[in-house]
Amino acid sequence: MVVDQDLVRHLSESSVSVELQTEEMTLNIGPQHPSTHGVLRLVARVDGERAFDVQPVIGYMHRGYEKLSEVRTYPQITTLINRIDWVAGYANEIPFVVAAEKLLGLEVPERAQYIRLILTEMARISSHLIFMASYPLELGAATPLFFALRERERVLDLLEGVTGGRFHPNFNRIGGVKPAYGSGSSTRKVIQDLPAGFLAATREAMDRVLEAVEELELLVADNEIILARTKGIGVLPADVAAAYGVSGPNLRASGVAFDLRKVEDYLPYHLFDFEIPTGENGDCWDRWHVRLLEIRQSVRIVQQAIDGIPSGPLQAKVPKIIKVPQGETYVRAENPKGEMGYYLVSNGNQGPYRLKIRSASFSNISILPWILEGVLVPDIIAILGSLDFVLGDVDR
Amino acid sequence: MSAFLSDLFANFWVSLAGKLLLVALMIPLVGMVIGYAEMKLSAKMQARVGPYFAGGRWGWAQLIADGVKFFQKEDLIPEEADRPVFKIAPVLVLISTVALLVVIPFGPGIIFRDLSVGVFYALAISSLSTVGILMAGWSSGNKYSLMGGLRAAGQLIAYELPLVLAVIGSVMLAGTMSMSGIVEAQIEAGYPYLIIQFVGFGIFMVAALAELSRIPFDMPIAESELVMGYLTEYSGFRFLFFFLAEFANMFTLSAIAVTLFLGGYWLPGIPEDVLAYAGPVIVLAKTFLLVFAMIWFRWTFPRFREDQLQSLAWKWLIPLALANIIITGAFKVYL
Repeated sequence: MVVDQDLVRHLSESSVSVELQTEEMTLNIGPQHPSTHGVLRLVARVDGERAFDVQPVIGYMHRGYEKLSEVRTYPQITTLINRIDWVAGYANEIPFVVAAEKLLGLEVPERAQYIRLILTEMARISSHLIFMASYPLELGAATPLFFALRERERVLDLLEGVTGGRFHPNFNRIGGVKPAYGSGSSTRKVIQDLPAGFLAATREAMDRVLEAVEELELLVADNEIILARTKGIGVLPADVAAAYGVSGPNLRASGVAFDLRKVEDYLPYHLFDFEIPTGENGDCWDRWHVRLLEIRQSVRIVQQAIDGIPSGPLQAKVPKIIKVPQGETYVRAENPKGEMGYYLVSNGNQGPYRLKIRSASFSNISILPWILEGVLVPDIIAILGSLDFVLGDVDR
Repeated sequence: MSAFLSDLFANFWVSLAGKLLLVALMIPLVGMVIGYAEMKLSAKMQARVGPYFAGGRWGWAQLIADGVKFFQKEDLIPEEADRPVFKIAPVLVLISTVALLVVIPFGPGIIFRDLSVGVFYALAISSLSTVGILMAGWSSGNKYSLMGGLRAAGQLIAYELPLVLAVIGSVMLAGTMSMSGIVEAQIEAGYPYLIIQFVGFGIFMVAALAELSRIPFDMPIAESELVMGYLTEYSGFRFLFFFLAEFANMFTLSAIAVTLFLGGYWLPGIPEDVLAYAGPVIVLAKTFLLVFAMIWFRWTFPRFREDQLQSLAWKWLIPLALANIIITGAFKVYL
């Protein structure tokens, strides 16, 4: 009788290592799922509650804005790009418009720059308030949502008053800004300007935002369960974050005090006094807390800008048909979600030859396979929420 | 006429039918009242209005409208589902709720069945609903449901022991396992057991929240993680069953807590003969107080993680409950 030695060895080994074999399961989180912020899909291989391999699948929201920009004129493109990160649509327009102005060599009037800055910071506040609203919801607490959204609505009302749109303002023109028709300090005025009472209403709204932030801090930051769910979860060390190109509050939560508002000069941020809040551990808690502190800093900037807003024209002199001279430039800006940049190549036509969009969320979620390795399923959601991305910003 | 009626109710089958009808009416009624309370209270806590239009005023008919809506829905059973198990699961969950009502005393002598092992029965029956949930999760043929069901089973291990250990203090003090016996013992002692069993009461409420899988222990449902957990594939009437069972279960578990710790139908200073009539009202008032607390927690707290519940239960609740039993024993022996 011939004995298969391999089989004998196999049997003897298998009999000594009697261990409960559990089957792994592939869990498809998304594209339709309550907390993937749109149509992100995660293919998670899970063993019970532990996920040992998570691969994000993106592209469900791809709208081809980069390609589309090549067949649009410059004024038309602002319509597209404020749909990239729709939570802070206003902030998206700035780097693109600044890039075009840079190639044109235009000097934007100071008042227009101030208005841009005020509205950008208000967009940041509204974006961060959305995060403040949705993050506790992902951890199961429904009530902070309403506290945050209530104040966000106040901010959005102001944005709407100036620009005519809550989400998609399409407000910047090359060389300046153009307030909505009918605004201005009196209805008979021909020149459109900031609506009457805007500054006072903004001042009040900022106070209310500060109150809401205080309220949220009481409601969320003192909650033992929130702390247990977020402290030490999804730790992102600074060097890893930098290696993956993570930017914005996510990077600052890891302890890197890097803020493009201090580095670049796309808007006159150097005139204002504000701090860069940073976290210590780079965990979910720090990412939450940094955003909370950033709201306070944004409020500070807005308050200073309102006090110091100069008078003057809102629009530089530009020809009716804008043709950007040949050249290329890259302008980046600190958006609520992180670094947003436009690489603009012009060959002297009415539209760009090529527009490369560097969006914050795309780079931020590239960290997902690294950061989600070996975490529990509930922590997947906690980490996902703490990165605060928008799928429109990921897929473009 | 009244002689005829009393003769009629003396008949075992007639009285059984009457009691069944009462229970069958009570579950949807209580479920609707608590459901409506939850909607309105959560709205108040979140600066909303809540149901407003249904029924003309205050949206009082919202839950009825919702119920009618569920009846109209298509009864979907997924192709992958294990059909018989899928169908039995919601019934089992609701049955455990109904069966719990049997041993709750609503007044002196007003009890469906005064079992001598009432407490034991209540604890045994209440964990039946977890079996139903596990069945629902297992049979749905959906990965989210499966995880929800397994989480519910894992949760059972965590909260069931503290739940049982927490009531032992009251049983020891009363010296009986009969639910009405425990209330009578509290009347005799002249104080609700909450005063010496506050630890037991706290543990019982925490464990009850876990049993109900409500926030902060709603991991089996966990909308943001598991879509709807074991409920994901349920629709229409079967979903309504789960929905009702959740609210009715809040009521029954709170009523058990009221019986064991808050003196049941008794209030100090109310004479015996008034209690016979006021009993049900007192029980309802106390029960809804606890239900309110549960709703309050739900809209204030976030969700624990499964392993955090386990460590909470095994590291804190069970040792505390054991210490409580020892101290109660010492109290009973030396005082």
